[in-house]
Amino acid sequence: MLRYLARRMLGSIPVLLVASFITFWLIRRAIDPLAKYRHIRDAEAIMAQQRKALGLNHPVIVQWWSWLTHFVRGDWGTSARTSDAVSGMIQHALWPSVQLLFWATIASVLVALMLGTYSAVKQYSAGDYFFTGLSYLGIAMPDFFFALLAIGALVTWPAVHFHLNEPILYSIGLHTEGESGLSLDYFRHLALPVLTLTFGSVASWSRFHRSAMLDVLNADYVRTARAKGVPRRQVIMRHAFRNALIPFTTVTALDTAFLISGVIVTEKIFSISGMGQAFLTALGAGDAPFLLAWFVITSVAVIAMNLLTDVAYVALDPRIRLS
Amino acid sequence: MNTPAMLSQRPIEDPDLAPGSGPVMRTNWQLFRRRFFRHKMALVSIAVLAVLMVACYGAPWLAPYKQGAQNLLNSDLGPSTKHWFGTDDLGRDQLSEVMYAGRISLTIGLAVAALSTIVGVTVGAVAAYFGGATDQSLSALTDLFLILPDLALLAVAVLIFSQSYTSIVVVLAALGWMYMARIVRAQVLSLKEKEFVEAARASGASTTRILIRHIIPNCVGTIMVNATLSIALAISTEATLSFLGFGVQPPQNSWGRMLSDAEAYANSSSRFYLVLFPGLMLLLTVLAVNFLGDALRDALDPQSRR
Repeated sequence: MLRYLARRMLGSIPVLLVASFITFWLIRRAIDPLAKYRHIRDAEAIMAQQRKALGLNHPVIVQWWSWLTHFVRGDWGTSARTSDAVSGMIQHALWPSVQLLFWATIASVLVALMLGTYSAVKQYSAGDYFFTGLSYLGIAMPDFFFALLAIGALVTWPAVHFHLNEPILYSIGLHTEGESGLSLDYFRHLALPVLTLTFGSVASWSRFHRSAMLDVLNADYVRTARAKGVPRRQVIMRHAFRNALIPFTTVTALDTAFLISGVIVTEKIFSISGMGQAFLTALGAGDAPFLLAWFVITSVAVIAMNLLTDVAYVALDPRIRLS
Repeated sequence: MNTPAMLSQRPIEDPDLAPGSGPVMRTNWQLFRRRFFRHKMALVSIAVLAVLMVACYGAPWLAPYKQGAQNLLNSDLGPSTKHWFGTDDLGRDQLSEVMYAGRISLTIGLAVAALSTIVGVTVGAVAAYFGGATDQSLSALTDLFLILPDLALLAVAVLIFSQSYTSIVVVLAALGWMYMARIVRAQVLSLKEKEFVEAARASGASTTRILIRHIIPNCVGTIMVNATLSIALAISTEATLSFLGFGVQPPQNSWGRMLSDAEAYANSSSRFYLVLFPGLMLLLTVLAVNFLGDALRDALDPQSRR
């Protein structure tokens, strides 16, 4: 197992290298590092000097390599916007996003498994049709529109209609000024962003889990288990559910890269100063050093999630032998 | 009830027929129509999409007001018979704006789907047909693009080129072909081992001819289904990009950009209609395209010949 993990980690290094080169090249093209010198006196002379100082006269691949060697040694550079250390900024931005992703993943997995199992066990019931309809809506709904609708329906409308002094759920930040920790205040802030990140995955994952459960429930070994007198509940939970979890893990892993897009949108709408918000600020300000580090961190996160699901795969399915 | 899956044009007996009335022969086209039109939602979707297309592309003739026409005396009016979708702070009629913006949203969706389908089918088919090192490098490239966070990469890429209509289409297509490539690759891998490909090769057909005339036509069902679904994906991705400020720029307008302008009104109960209508159009379009894709999948799936 450990050897497998080590080999997979080694195997993802070239992928990371190529990914970082692509993003490096794109960011070099998108952001002009000399933009701030373009409109000053003696622009030509200063720009030539800076071009040399920043190493811009070398080919992109050389520039990339020098950035990379600094990066792996922990020298992530300073932000072009605030002149702070990029590593500190990333650390600062990571925590709120990790919280969002943590709660959103737990909520989506739990709700999707519950709805999927219910719909499969009660196939063609009114409840099944209701959730199927809802999932079509959830899959088609752009997340930012959902967030705006949620703010309108769950924050603004109750506040105006019932003349509340403060809304039941908040739509800005993760804490009220002065509050911290796992308080009621925290969850009142967390509810809407997590809902926004959750509904899309719940819609598609519950559909997927439903069909996986139906496949398993129609399998011969499930019929055998029923025939030998195993109670229905136990058949569903022990025989069917555990087997249906295996394809479910693959799908959830494939959607991690997608969740990061969701974080960008969610943090913007709910003014949460995490990685998504930091990305938008950096892109708007042309902060190349920060963007480079941002892309490395997110790609590593996606690859790590894929690895983690492979491990979960083995834990769930003893038939799979990693070699 | 199990009819064997058949690959040829041979008519198939109708299993639903009452016993004793004799077999009825059905061609593939009849089967397709029968199964497609069984989806009531697909029919509704076609009607919805037809209305949307006519309304949006016919906007210059059908819209009650000119695009961007301001009338400060009529600002911030809620929905009424005169302004169905209300007016914004500059008194622009939102129904007309939604119709004009829809032209761009729909065109971007269709163009991106067409372009990314061409790229995806080419990459997938070439990778699978040639195999070996070609397959490995193309598949690695596909996987690589799937790891990078797409929205962030799109935003950076859009900044490189001008934020014009065409460059947005090109960038969205350049980062949207991977799923199609994977699916087509999987199918071509099995198709290239079939006898008819060998027969074509034996009779001296060139590689290009085998791919274009023999292999790709056999994937047409899968390609159509996924191309349809990718229209929906492209429309909502463009909307998200525009919402974040990296999409089309004024005076051009799309549903995503309208929502970006209206974001501030999500907190206002009196002007929430500014958020509601462009969003509903977006939702309706994506929903209808998805229903269409589902019906196509059922109708074209060779596994269920019923």
